[in-house]
Parts: sequence; structure tokens; C-alpha cells
Amino acid sequence: MVDALGRIVGPRWVRHRRAELATYTMDGLPTRESYPGVVVMPGSTAEVREVVRLMHLTGTPFVARGAGTGLSGGAVADPDAVLIALTRLNRILQVDPRRRRATLQPGVVNARLSEAVLPHGLHYVPDPSSQAACTVGGNVAENAGGPHCLKYGVTTNHVVELEVVLPDAAVIRLGSRQGEPWGPDLVGLFVGSEGMFGIATEIVVRLEPIPSSVRTMLADFSTVRGASEAVSAIIGAGIVPAALEMMDQACVEAVEASIYAAGYPTDAAAVLLVELDGGADAVEAEATTVETILRARGAREVRSASTPADRARLWQGRKKAFGAMGRIAPDLAVQDAVVPRSALPDIMDRIEEIRGRHHLAISNVFHAGDGNLHPNISFDRRDPELADRVQVACREIMAACVAAGGSITGEHGVGSDKIDYMPLIFDGDTLSAMRAVRLAFDPDERANPGKVVPLHACREWRATPAAR
Amino acid sequence: MSDVIFGRLRALLGTAGVERGSAGLPRATPESADALSLVCRLAHDEGWKIRVEGNGTWLPADAPADLAVSTRALDQVQSVSPADLVATVQAGTPLEALRRRLAEEGMWLAIDPPGRPERSLGSVVATGTSGPLRHGFGPVRDHVLGCTVATGDGRLVRAGGRVVKNVAGYDLTKLQVGGFGGFGILAEVHLRLRALPRADVTVIARGPRDTLSSAARELMAEQLLPGTLELLSPALAGESDWTLAARFAGTDAAVQADVRRLSTQGDLVWQPLPADRTAAFWSLVARGSLGGPVTLRLGVLGDGIDETLDLLAHDLDEGLVSAGAGAGMIRWTGDAPVERLRAVRRAAASREIPMTLERAPWPVRHALGHFGAYREGVGQLVARLRDTFDPGHSLSVALEGGE
Repeated sequence: MVDALGRIVGPRWVRHRRAELATYTMDGLPTRESYPGVVVMPGSTAEVREVVRLMHLTGTPFVARGAGTGLSGGAVADPDAVLIALTRLNRILQVDPRRRRATLQPGVVNARLSEAVLPHGLHYVPDPSSQAACTVGGNVAENAGGPHCLKYGVTTNHVVELEVVLPDAAVIRLGSRQGEPWGPDLVGLFVGSEGMFGIATEIVVRLEPIPSSVRTMLADFSTVRGASEAVSAIIGAGIVPAALEMMDQACVEAVEASIYAAGYPTDAAAVLLVELDGGADAVEAEATTVETILRARGAREVRSASTPADRARLWQGRKKAFGAMGRIAPDLAVQDAVVPRSALPDIMDRIEEIRGRHHLAISNVFHAGDGNLHPNISFDRRDPELADRVQVACREIMAACVAAGGSITGEHGVGSDKIDYMPLIFDGDTLSAMRAVRLAFDPDERANPGKVVPLHACREWRATPAAR
Repeated sequence: MSDVIFGRLRALLGTAGVERGSAGLPRATPESADALSLVCRLAHDEGWKIRVEGNGTWLPADAPADLAVSTRALDQVQSVSPADLVATVQAGTPLEALRRRLAEEGMWLAIDPPGRPERSLGSVVATGTSGPLRHGFGPVRDHVLGCTVATGDGRLVRAGGRVVKNVAGYDLTKLQVGGFGGFGILAEVHLRLRALPRADVTVIARGPRDTLSSAARELMAEQLLPGTLELLSPALAGESDWTLAARFAGTDAAVQADVRRLSTQGDLVWQPLPADRTAAFWSLVARGSLGGPVTLRLGVLGDGIDETLDLLAHDLDEGLVSAGAGAGMIRWTGDAPVERLRAVRRAAASREIPMTLERAPWPVRHALGHFGAYREGVGQLVARLRDTFDPGHSLSVALEGGE
């Protein structure tokens, strides 16, 4: 296999010694670790296709990987699988400012795309916290979100066309540059399929104009409930902020104790970041309304910034929150769940109760506007008893979010981390339908095997005529 | 045969759940997702063909079948949550009834699809027919958080969820939105809502088509972001000249600021529609797409609109046209023989433009298919997905045409 792969991509782009493979044993999730059999780094779409053809002919499972910043163990491969690292496919192929489209390879780093189109007054909106490292191909696989998705939508709302290498090495093009589906919405189906339908080798995305005016506001509250009610009141007033982020006290304390200190008040129970964008007049008027709402709901102080430098300072603590938590303990379980926005205060009470019962350190960061919460548990995985408590607490938090009408993941994906939670929100027929759809793309189930759909929970799905 | 089917359906659903439709065809009107799935399972097991119907105002109810299944009794708004801006609505719910119910609680579903106000929500979702608001608020898919669907063999698939952000599992909802019922029959839909806009202002400009379409492109470059920026043909708007309509919906401050900015851009003379005429204007535009037996949509961005409209006018006729300058779509309604339509689809495909047959009598749908001129490999994939969701091919839906 190593030789055969070397003949396709050149021997220097194949890794198989144990020390070389160590880089690829995990993604951003600290609790799943596995050595892939081989790592191959194709340098062109043609090489991807040839590698996938080799996988097809030899019946070998494979896992596509971008920067490995995912948080659900989705880009980790078992020893019998070949890991296809796409980071060499990092070219922006075309920027069309007039039509607001960019065509790129999957290994392009998210933030680099926005930098590249900045001279045209455009940007690529989905901005996951890992945007300085994560690749757009990985974003497509995970349907990544980010703070600014409240107003502008997640990855699936910004990808219009894809070139995909299917697991049998056939190359197909889905969607259209215009954004209109070509037949059923297969782009929509592919985005978020976590590398299990094939490998996207070319991605056409929508670009958006950079708003002419942006206002960032930071408010602190003495209760989480007050901050949550402010969030609902802002959205209920018909204002859709570009971002609406919340941090709890534990998170603020971690930030302020770190080199990323942003001057957040450490005695506040919750800090809310509100960002408004659009035309200058509208932003001005909406900012006045938002400030009135914040104060009416109990904000102690409201700080406001319009210049890029001042805004960056307000954002700094939020953007670096995960880094700041690195000071607390060696490992961080970054959780991801969703509840209906109105359930946020209750779910915070539940998480606090779970934290206390298991004696854990949990800090919370939320995309409050869309009810997406990230309870982050600081721990040390060398302590197996502690690691077990973390797992139990995670499961309890998930169950609480599901009971509140929510979901087990808002933007990190299922991967291997959450596969056992899938039956909490999907019945057997629905899980079976997911598996059946996967079989339509990948009849041998060789693309990123063992992720997302728990096969034991699937009911039998009648064999399709094509499969018979 | 039809008496046997009628009797079996009556045994399954009770007297109220079955009626005689056109030409005596038994029509099942299940009131729940479970009942809908039972009907589908029975039809699948017996090898009966199903015609899928909503309220019968968009696609003609003319697909050949052994029975019709209508969602018209699935007409309940099951839950609305103003604090979360989400709702769960049964597929047969008429749009106007839904709009009123949501408005009572200060909420808004930001879609304005073509057709009549009594058109069912399920019809809009299944056909993916968005209207001019697509420009600022996105196509139908962006408003659908999840759905419950009965497959052709009577399984219930509950795709997506009821929260606004969710990546658990594959996004099966996307296959149902705009799937034309080929992958199952919608029972209920989870919707993402917005707060009812405090201000909703429409301004219009009239003039020759080329002038308006180039003005629309310039407005796009100016980063003006209206909810709607739609070019309407004279016949569709009931005017002697073309119309460019911009609609701003949002907070008072934002709408006033945008309308002010618009009036200072370019050379067009913009006239605000009186508030009491706005709803009637957009209703007329929506109904306009029913002015001929065939409706097409083509994916076209702003700079391709003129060329594509010329192509349509040349190969078909002027028709009734609505074109989103920034939204990337042209909708054409008129009448044309199958061969002409097929030629237009081919010509469009050669320009990398997808053409979807949104609405037509069965002979045209059957010959042409809602979709076609696929790129290489896509047809096989769609066929496998179709086999997955309708293994007995019970659903009488012409996703692709027969030659």
C-alpha cells in the first residue's frame, strides 16, 4: 500500500512510520486517539482520484482530513484505514468579485479565504473559532458554524457548488455557481456528511460584502437568566445581530487570569457580546434600541465599540476563551449542544447541578442567539477516574439538552464522540434512512467508517433495487 | 379496482378519511403522520401508485395513479414558540392561514412563493419554490429546520430538528426541500421564523428591461441589501413596462435608512407603494405565475439575466417573468410544447444553467421531468436515492422525464 500510494503522489508524501503518524492520531478532541495505517498527502484533484481509486480497488477504508481541528473525533482513522490529508490542496482557484463567488480547493484555510477576498470588500462569513487553522473542506464536511452565523447562516448556506470524488472514484459535480440546485439539493445533502459520502475536491462558495458599519457592545449581568432574557428580547424586537455571544463567570475568570485578559468584569455572572452590522444609520438606531433592552434586562454596564481596534479588544476574550482554559488543566472537553433559546437559563441551572455533583470545572461559552452552548470541562486525562466523570457528565448534559427540545450538536458534528447519543434524538427508522443515504453514495461504507450513524440502532431498511 | 382501494382505505382511515376525487379516484386524506405512513405502506404492499396532492392550487392533480393522497387534512399549526421563533406546522396548512396565525403572535415566515394564498406549506417546501424575498432572506431551504416525511413504503423519517442550529446526522431535510415528493410525502415541517417586521416598504421603478436589470446590478455593487430586488415583466405586473421592485422589511430605522439610500443611488425614479397597496401588489405578482400552464425556474445570476431572458423570449415567448437580480433565479410562466422546453433545458445546460420544471400538466412533467440535463454521474446517484426513499416506486412523481 505504501509503495502503491507513493507511485501516485510521490514517496515523500506518504507517511507510515509510527513517529510520523503521531501527528494524525487525534483531532481537536482529546478523548479519541488512534494511529492510522498510512497517511497520504495528494497534491492535486487527479491524485485524490487516483488514491481513492486505489482504495476502491483494494477495498481499503479511508478518512479524509483537513487541519485536524475538528472536535468530534471525525478525522481520526483506525489502523486498517488510510488517512488522506488534504492540506496540500490549498489553492484558491478563482475569485469572482462581481458574482461574489470563490472557487477553492478543500485545504484552503478558512481565514485565508477571507483575507484573499478582502481587497474586493468581500468576506467568507462562516467563522469557526479555529478559523486561523481549519480548512474550508473540513468546514464543508462538518457544516461548520461560528459566532457570525446567527445572522448569515452556517456553511451550508454559503456553499453553492461542489466537485466530489465518490468512494468508487467517480467524480461528480453537484449544485451550480448560481446557488440553484441542479436536481435535488445534493449540495445541501453533502454538506455536513462528515466525510462519509466522498471527498470534496473543489468548493464554490458565496462571498458577502463586508458591512459598511459594525458596532460591538459588551454588557455584563448579575444573573445568567437576565442575560438570556436580554437575548430573547433583542431578537423579539426584530433585530438580528450579526453575533450574540455569552460567557459565564467561570469563562470570564479564566480569560481574565490569562494573557488574553480583555478587561471583562470578573464578578459578573454573565457577559454578553452583541454585534450589529449594516448601514451606518441603521446600526446607530438599532444600537440605541439594543442598549435600552440590555439595561432594562439588568445589564450593569454596557460598553460599545465601533473602531476595529476597540472591537477586537471586546472580542478578544471570547475568541481566546478556549486558549485561556488551557491554563486551568491540561485537557479540555469542548462540548457542543443546542437548546431552544428560551431554555438557556434552565439548562444553565442543570449544568451547574451536574458540575457540582461530579465535582468538575465547567465553563460555558454560548452562541446565545441560536441557543448553541459550549460547556467546557477542564480535566486531566491521565486521571482515569476523572476522565470517567467527565464522560458521565457529558452524557448527562446531552440528555438534559435533548429533554429541553434541543440537539446533541450545533456545529462540531457527531464523529465518533457523539455517535452513542444519536438514538437520543433520532428513532430507528430515521437512523436507518441516514444509513441508506450513505449507502447510495458509498455502498461499501469505506469513507470514514464507523462515524455518525450507530449501526446497531438502525432498523433494517429494505434493500434497494439498485443494491439487490 | 378503485372500489377495492376505496374500501381498503376506508377500513384503514375511517369514513372521513377517504373521498372520491376527480374521475372517481379514491383520495385518502390522513389527519396524522402515522395515518399517512399507513396509507403509503398499504399502497406499497399492494403495488398501488400514489398521486401526491396538497390543496390542489399549484401542481395540477393529474398524475396517473391508483389513489390520491392529499395532505389537506394535515392542516394544523401544531406548535409555535415566539420566544424561540420556531414553529411546527402540518404540511397541508394553507399559507395564508399560517401567515395570520403567526402574525397574531408577532412572527413571520419570510417566504413569498408564487401561487395562491391557500397554497399548502407542504407544496411550497416539496417544490422548493421561493419568491422574491429569497434575495434577502434566502430560499425555502433556509427556513426549514426539519420535517417528518412518509417514505413511499410507509416509513416515517424525522429529519432535522426544531432548533435553529443543528448538525446531528446527515441533513436529510435538504433532500425533501425541492424534492417534488419523489423522496416521500411531507407530513409536518419545522420552520425557522422571524419577528414580524416593524416596517415593510416596497418601492418600484419602471422602464425598459435592460435599464432596470443593469440598475439592479449596480445596486448590488452598492452593497444595498433589500429583502427583495425583483425584476417583473410587464405581463406579470400588469403594467405597460418592466418593473423593478425593492422591498425592505425590518426595523423602522433600518428600513428608513435603506429606502433613503436607495433614492440617492443611480438614475432610476423610485416610487414608494402606498402601505395599503403593498400586500395586493405582491399577491398579484405571486398569482401571476399561475397565468399559464407551465412554470420554469432557471438558476441565473444578475449578469446573465438579460441573455437568459432573451433566450427564453426567443425559444419560448415573453411569458410572465420574475427575476431575482441578486438571488440567482428567473421564473418563467407561459405555454410551450415539450420539444421547445426540452431544447431550452439543453441550451441552458450548455451555459451551466440548471432548469427546473416547477409546474406543468402531467404529459409535460412526464415527458420532461422536473429535473434533467444532469451532469455526469448525478442521475445514477439521484436514482439510488429515489430507490432508497420509494423502493416500490409508488409515488407518481416525474423527477426525470422519459424519452
